[in-house]
Amino acid sequence: MTTANEPYVLNIGPQHPSTHGVFRLRVVMDGEVIRDVDMIVGYLHRSMEKLAEERTYTQNIPFTDRADYLAAMSNNLGLCLAVERLAGVEVPERASYLRVIFAELQRIASHAMANGTMVSDAGAWQTPLLYMFREREKILDLFEMTCGARLTTNYMRIGGVSFDPPPEFWPALRELVDEMPARIDEYYSLVQDNEIFLARTQNVGVISAADAINGSLVGPALRGSGVPWDLRKAEPYCVYDRMDFEVPVGRRGDVFDRFMVRMEEVRQSTRILQQAIAQIPDGPHKTEIPLALRPAPGEVYGRVEGPRGELGFYLVSDGTPAPYRFHVRAPSLINLSLLKEMAVGASLPDAVVALGSLDIVVGDIDR
Amino acid sequence: MPAGERQLDGHRVAARLGAALPGVVTHVTDEWVEVEPERVQDALRWLRDSEEFDAAQLSDLTSVDRHTHFEVVYHLQSLDLNHQVVVKALVADHDQPSLPSAYPVYKGALLQEREVYDLMGIRFADHPDLRRLLLWEGYPGHPLRKDFLGIGGGQTSGLQRFPNEDPSSRDRQLNRDNLTSQEMPREAGGHTASGGH
Repeated sequence: MTTANEPYVLNIGPQHPSTHGVFRLRVVMDGEVIRDVDMIVGYLHRSMEKLAEERTYTQNIPFTDRADYLAAMSNNLGLCLAVERLAGVEVPERASYLRVIFAELQRIASHAMANGTMVSDAGAWQTPLLYMFREREKILDLFEMTCGARLTTNYMRIGGVSFDPPPEFWPALRELVDEMPARIDEYYSLVQDNEIFLARTQNVGVISAADAINGSLVGPALRGSGVPWDLRKAEPYCVYDRMDFEVPVGRRGDVFDRFMVRMEEVRQSTRILQQAIAQIPDGPHKTEIPLALRPAPGEVYGRVEGPRGELGFYLVSDGTPAPYRFHVRAPSLINLSLLKEMAVGASLPDAVVALGSLDIVVGDIDR
Repeated sequence: MPAGERQLDGHRVAARLGAALPGVVTHVTDEWVEVEPERVQDALRWLRDSEEFDAAQLSDLTSVDRHTHFEVVYHLQSLDLNHQVVVKALVADHDQPSLPSAYPVYKGALLQEREVYDLMGIRFADHPDLRRLLLWEGYPGHPLRKDFLGIGGGQTSGLQRFPNEDPSSRDRQLNRDNLTSQEMPREAGGHTASGGH
């Protein structure tokens, strides 16, 4: 006796498969195989772009914390750099170094979250995540002692940063940077040779380099496919041109490669931190800017390499105190452009791991 | 100099693009090239495939409401040559805005065009899956349009002056713009540059 296969619709969510953020997938399954996938987003939509058009440039900095809440520092930096270019504001050297230090700390914290939750998605429930959170916790402590907040930092300012770190910050940072290489080896030892992890991630969710470029993928999702594209190298901002670091890339473009790219980036960020600590000069941490900042009419597209890739701010000024148009190029959203290509034909558990390897932050998708 | 460090001069792009596709360039500035909206796919495809520009990736796609018309802005980049090209298409019909989709050229336009359709209400012809993205089907209006809040009486949305700033003191206010926060009198009211005293 044979039974006909009838496709059925499976609803996942609204929740992230590992419950950070609210994200819904509607999957059409044919037995074990995905035939179609549709994502339903917007549960966290706060109409940030519309709100921003009614507020001054400085007032918009706290919003960026809440867009990608796992990379608040990078988001602050992206907006500040864009406004500085639009308004022609100079930044003191010490502030640029502090920005690099906090952006790289944020990258380590964000990659710890990304890789930790991805390993959870792959079935290693919470143990590696908590190892990685141990270092993330120390980074959040560093944020807290500098600006008082752990997640929504609101630290960067147009023209610099809001506070110079307190004296106790530097020894704590040095301690973290010194112990980081051994910690990274420890993360590797948890997963690298684990047969189950390799089986779940290798040759799963493969994206070719050509598809990744054409699909506007950025960050580790693009570099995992073997494209050595990093804005810190391509268009160095702050003082990245003085830093010696490498851009790790993958070979196959699968989940495992994206995971390893993030892991290597943590190592490279540690190197950048060591150099920044050695080089940072004394001096002011902020330029005083006119309180009534009215950039001349014009437009700017400022971008930084956030933990999830190219984070862009497209600002149009009409000479009033608020931006005429404020658009965020959200890497989490645009990295999902190839979701269908990745998921259709795969099995459901593979699709969940592939989604986890893209490192989406729902606040960044919905804004 | 708001243009990016690695952003190509619009005139250079326009000269080559106009030679390859006569009549496609409608306007050009130092920063961007405006193209004939109906032929935007041709222009993007030519830029993507041209060896000189190699605009392999659509970095960002967004739109601006200019009250009488819409601008759709494409930021393209070459990863091999490390430069950016900015292309704009002007959508003249403000009531029924529509534009050919960039999806046949760049798959990365899939979600970005859905977002523009959702929040700005511009329809993209040939888009394979044009539905609202962040808001739900049936949501009244497109929030990023400047007339969305329906402010009447000649008022426009946006922030015409700083909070607590007295409109009659606008001229005086402009003269005070060079003040820094250290020079600002504390009683001016919070962090705003109030001209009310």
